[in-house]
Amino acid sequence: MSEKTPITLKINGRDHKIAVEPRRTLADAIREDCGQTGTHIGCEHGVCGACTVIVNGEPVRSCLMFAAQADGKAIRTVEGLAKGNELHPMQRAFMDHHGLQCGFCTPGFLMLAVGVLEREPQISDDDLLDVLSSNLCRCTGYQNIIKAVRAAAAEMRGAS
Amino acid sequence: MSAATKGSGTTWVGRAIRRLEDPALVTGRGRFTADLPAAHWVRFVRSPVAAGTIKKIKPPDGAFVVTAAELAGVKPIKPMLYKFNYRPIGQPILADGVVRFTGECIAAAIAASEEEAEDIADAVEVEIDETAPLIDARDAASSAALHPEAPDNVIVNAQVKTPEFDTAWRNAHRIVRLEARSRRQNATPMEPRAAHAAYDPATGRITLTCTTQMPHLTRTAIADLLDMPESDLRVIAPDVGGGFGQKMSLPPEYVLIAWLAREHRSSFAWTEDRRENLIASYHSRDQYIALDGAFDADGKLIALSADVLANIGAYSCFPTTCGVEPLMAMAEIPGPYDVRHYACTARGVATNTCPMAPYRGVSRPVITFALERLMDKAAVELGINPIDIRRRNLIDQFPYTSAMGLVFDEATYKETLELAVKHVDVPAFRARQQALRKQGRYLGLGFCTFSERTGYGSPAFAARGMAITPGWEMVELTMDPSGFVELRIGTSPHGQGLRTTLAQIVADQLGIEPQRIKVIHGDTDRSPYGWGTFASRSLVISGGATLIAAQKLRAKIIKLATHMLEAAPEDIVLGDSAATVAGTDRSIAIAALARDAYHQTHRFKGEIEPGMTEAGHYDPPGTFSNACHVAMVEVDIETGQVKVEKFIAAEDCGRIINPMIADGQVHGGIAQGIGNAILEEILYDENGTILSSTLADFLPPTAHEIPPIELHHLETHTTATNLQAKGLGEGGAIGSPAAVMNAINDALSPFGVAIDEMPATPQRIRAALRARQQTETAA
Repeated sequence: MSEKTPITLKINGRDHKIAVEPRRTLADAIREDCGQTGTHIGCEHGVCGACTVIVNGEPVRSCLMFAAQADGKAIRTVEGLAKGNELHPMQRAFMDHHGLQCGFCTPGFLMLAVGVLEREPQISDDDLLDVLSSNLCRCTGYQNIIKAVRAAAAEMRGAS
Repeated sequence: MSAATKGSGTTWVGRAIRRLEDPALVTGRGRFTADLPAAHWVRFVRSPVAAGTIKKIKPPDGAFVVTAAELAGVKPIKPMLYKFNYRPIGQPILADGVVRFTGECIAAAIAASEEEAEDIADAVEVEIDETAPLIDARDAASSAALHPEAPDNVIVNAQVKTPEFDTAWRNAHRIVRLEARSRRQNATPMEPRAAHAAYDPATGRITLTCTTQMPHLTRTAIADLLDMPESDLRVIAPDVGGGFGQKMSLPPEYVLIAWLAREHRSSFAWTEDRRENLIASYHSRDQYIALDGAFDADGKLIALSADVLANIGAYSCFPTTCGVEPLMAMAEIPGPYDVRHYACTARGVATNTCPMAPYRGVSRPVITFALERLMDKAAVELGINPIDIRRRNLIDQFPYTSAMGLVFDEATYKETLELAVKHVDVPAFRARQQALRKQGRYLGLGFCTFSERTGYGSPAFAARGMAITPGWEMVELTMDPSGFVELRIGTSPHGQGLRTTLAQIVADQLGIEPQRIKVIHGDTDRSPYGWGTFASRSLVISGGATLIAAQKLRAKIIKLATHMLEAAPEDIVLGDSAATVAGTDRSIAIAALARDAYHQTHRFKGEIEPGMTEAGHYDPPGTFSNACHVAMVEVDIETGQVKVEKFIAAEDCGRIINPMIADGQVHGGIAQGIGNAILEEILYDENGTILSSTLADFLPPTAHEIPPIELHHLETHTTATNLQAKGLGEGGAIGSPAAVMNAINDALSPFGVAIDEMPATPQRIRAALRARQQTETAA
């Protein structure tokens, strides 16, 4: 075990002052050091995308980033999507269109889709499909995830 | 929300209501096993080789490491089958002197964090004398025995032949042979396996939280292996991130975690990484199937002969045993066709590979692929089109008893075929196919008609001769004094939306909203004993038990209402959370009746028992869902790449409880089947090393590989189940591989090559095309 370094993870607007080994991944730090277990770990090699969170406005695979690299940056996780009791349009759309079954990959898909749509609200359907193909879901066959994200995209465009 | 299904005559059943599971899951409040904190974390030291004798295990000085030597009192996992020449073989929890597959657990390293446990595991010195491994099932007879109990490595060996088979065979107009091979898959739930066990010093009990489809059977198995009372072990399956069968077998790792908690009186946790999941969690579908179909001149299948060789891996999984794949194949190879004469040999052989377990569809994706390829091949040889040959052979008289003695309840084999044909527009496709061939583009159309045996109870399982015979389900239904309802079920869903569909069933019976009904599952302390989620059974069987309990509770509510409203029972109507005397404004809230049932029992003068709890159990004979799947593909003959352009499924799963959830099940199954057909393959090299140990090598489909899926439903309200529902969890995965493979072969038909090996990877397609080219050049 090597020495721990103090860092601050700003998760959903709240500072978590923690100490981590340099090898600690952001995913592990979010879950274990900060107790935010909504972010899931599916492969730890950057393929499945279950651990996707938004760091400084960009969706990232938190299993491929060291916690120390996220020191001081603005991190958003699934726990921060809803405003109080009001769900984010993406969360509502996933429920309305049955975009989830077991729910394990869902936080990653939500953060991926929200992150991309905030950056590129007018994204084309084809490009959106490209983006969504970067995460894996084993339950839904993607049909309803695509439907949900398109519905939420329309709503998010209308709201902005 | 959509309107009620036509003709359902009910308020909630048949409606696409949103799932009750979802609010927690979309907000990050789901609770999965790996979310629990633990005092100790476990990392397994796994065998780097496929076969050998362990010479040395040397942990670093002072490290907390457990090996087989410490587990003297722990029994091996040894499931039993009393039929089909089964030879019981045991799997030690940690390898005991011998390793039999790459990834087998040799030791457990334990530390205060996962990282430290990994460091210790890496530092454990292991010395193994390697021996030549047996990898391919065809080499079983010529290889050394993995287990002394099976000198020829054959663990299960079943034969069947109907009485008039030979005569029918001799009289055939034409014999068509099809040799199919299905490579090995991993079910790949997105949540890998995980277990957490904690010791309670006050009671001495162990609570094992783990990601499983069968909490009660896990409790039974571990209590037996550790020789402890079942009541001292509580098993919790919290939110489970997919299973698809991989989580319905008992992993030795879970046994060790429970043992550690008991032995060391603390909490221990293990979460596998994806590599462990891919190399050492259960595999499936590694089979060779040879079919010979005897047809008459009109394309009617007269007799069918099958030879099934299943690679079962190094051990036999609990509870089904490794017979699950070969025996399922033997029972169901004739599929939805009327074939009176059948012969089959089905063998399961042990090899130095990861053990097999059920995976969505269990063998049927493979046998359907083989049979549907046979039908297409026969169609070509007999000069019939693929749709007509199916029309001539599909069963259409019900109940139908198969050559294997299975009873098929009423279904729509021909109707779903015609429905799919109608939506495909075959002539238009053929015209486009012809036109594009001239441009060097190769499209293909593939059909698959199949049955899906679902919701079968204990008599059906008993035919397999398992020491453990699953089948029935039990539920308990309680309305509490506040009028809210708790349904405690023995089965254990993991993404199928059963909390919602069962609540819909109860809501209709009790006249209340589904939101007032909480479904409790996956906790052996809270729910009655049950078997778990597998074999497309939970909605049918647990739902059937739920209906029975809800009908009893409904009767009780009506009885209470007759007292309170002074009306005849036949005049009481339940709805909108109230009991009303029909045609009057006399009404009482059901919640008020619930309160009275507990707190005002003196008013019923002993005529009504206190409380509001009813139980239900159900054990149906089984029912067959059916579907026709159609795939349209394009094959790039330069690269061998297959693109599935469109997929159509016309299916019949009986009465649909929630159309949104039903569609989701079919979508997901079809996507897995497409992966099965063209992408997913666990590959061993000749030394038994796995070459596909990441998700960059083993390729579940992404949103790119799954085309738009068009679904059409027929609803045959079967009399074989009390809900008139049939199961549908597996059908999507059963039919789609065959449809895709038939489409690929249709696309390649101008080249005279056949691809009868799954997955049809670019390499395989190119190899077939190249081989054909070389033959032609040589000629």
